[in-house]
Amino acid sequence: MRAQFVLSEIGVGLRRNLTMTIAVVVSVALSLALAGASLLVRDQVNSMKDYWYDKVEVSIYFCAKADHNSPQCASGAATNDQIQQVKSELDKLTPLVQSATFETPNEAYQHFKESNPDNPLLAAVGPDAMPASWRVKLNDPTKYDVIQSQFAGKPGVKSVEDQRKILENLFGLLRGLQTAAFVIMTLMLCVALLLIVNTVRVSAFSRRRETGIMRLVGASNFYVQMPFIAEAAFAALLGAGLASLLLLGGHFFVQGWLAKKVLFIHFIGLSSVLAVIPLMVVVGMAMAGIAAFFTLRKYLKV
Amino acid sequence: MIRFDNVSKTYPKQNRPALDNVSLEIEKGEFVFLVGSSGSGKSTFLRLCLREERPSTGAVHVLGKDLGKLSNWKVPHMRRQLGTVFQDFRLLPNKTVGQNVAFALEVIGKPKSAINKVVPEVLDLVGLGGKEDRMPGELSGGEQQRVAIARAFVNRPMLLIADEPTGNLDPQNSVGIMKLLDRINRTGTTVLMATHDQAIVDQMRKRVIELDKGLLVRDQARGVYGYQS
Repeated sequence: MRAQFVLSEIGVGLRRNLTMTIAVVVSVALSLALAGASLLVRDQVNSMKDYWYDKVEVSIYFCAKADHNSPQCASGAATNDQIQQVKSELDKLTPLVQSATFETPNEAYQHFKESNPDNPLLAAVGPDAMPASWRVKLNDPTKYDVIQSQFAGKPGVKSVEDQRKILENLFGLLRGLQTAAFVIMTLMLCVALLLIVNTVRVSAFSRRRETGIMRLVGASNFYVQMPFIAEAAFAALLGAGLASLLLLGGHFFVQGWLAKKVLFIHFIGLSSVLAVIPLMVVVGMAMAGIAAFFTLRKYLKV
Repeated sequence: MIRFDNVSKTYPKQNRPALDNVSLEIEKGEFVFLVGSSGSGKSTFLRLCLREERPSTGAVHVLGKDLGKLSNWKVPHMRRQLGTVFQDFRLLPNKTVGQNVAFALEVIGKPKSAINKVVPEVLDLVGLGGKEDRMPGELSGGEQQRVAIARAFVNRPMLLIADEPTGNLDPQNSVGIMKLLDRINRTGTTVLMATHDQAIVDQMRKRVIELDKGLLVRDQARGVYGYQS
């Protein structure tokens, strides 16, 4: 088999069917870009989980003087004994608890002042309004429930809060985006597959004279079908290239613009994007080739 | 070369078989005319020889192979050993004469050097020497059929199957084509030709096989087109 002959056949076939080829390229590009994007969002969520779960703490807040209205704090501000009692119980949970640091009301007030310098409440409240707390770091951040059930309702404890909950909302949003990308990708994939099937069918029909003669003179099935399969795979390769450009464009948009605006998120790097590209190329070409192969079995009688 | 053993072929949704219990044998080197009115089963006979169809019952042997038992992937290889010529020439209009013949060799993976050597040879043989670079549309019907014969013969097949090769040609061109086929036959290639052309069959005095409504009704060693009264 001569490569030059096959290549010229592919070129002729793609040009003869230019509008359909463009449709295939664009739809393959969109579906692959969405597939790639959904993979990258998953990577992003995982990397953010690793990053943030390492930092999140469970806070055990104690009753402050100003809390006498809440039912848990009817007996007034937490005493030192109560605070030490919680600490000693935390120490017993060694494998679960990595460390626990104490935050006094004064420190809490300073932190609040630093992070919200313009807040009008600052003038109204003093350190007395801020609760003391144990900041507990867990070895496994998902085991928050253990802390919650053990310490909620203890004397002097106002509430147990998990910072993870705030992050869960963000992750939920990202997972939702991922699911949406996946659904759209599936639909686009169907469109792309149907377009490939139709393109190959039209292509096989418009070249039935050539293929008829090829069969007549005893060309092998592989030789007769190869140009069509290669054509579909080549269109998919163009689509994968376009999808790669879209993803890279998206990456540079995120790095160059979004990353500067949204400082608290650590965005995944170029290497993750580059790792997705070969996957898209292989999946796209294999998909197109297989679709073409099964179409030919139906429309190109041997 | 070709052997039919009690071959019947019934197409789906048809009551009457297209071929009805046909048995015959064609030896190596023979020149055989296949005659009969439209719908007599000539085309089915040829399609069975080319393994475009399989027999409903019976066995078709071509070039020593039982085509009913030949697996699909071996069919292309079997077709390389025979040449086919049709009434409508079946040339590629956007390729030159030389490219049309070369195409048959390219698609079976012959090396370029071999192609460049044999294509002019076979074009000389069919009387088209020097017309390699012409387009089929520029040629007369007789010349186009010569290109088709060159393409069929370029592999030096043992068997040449022609389905009404003179059907689209005037009498003068038809005679030229028949002389060419006769010359190919003299090189030892078996020729099986389906035709409606009475003058040609009467003139050539070769073996004649006549089909009528799927039945083999005549097999004459040196026959003519119609029954001799």
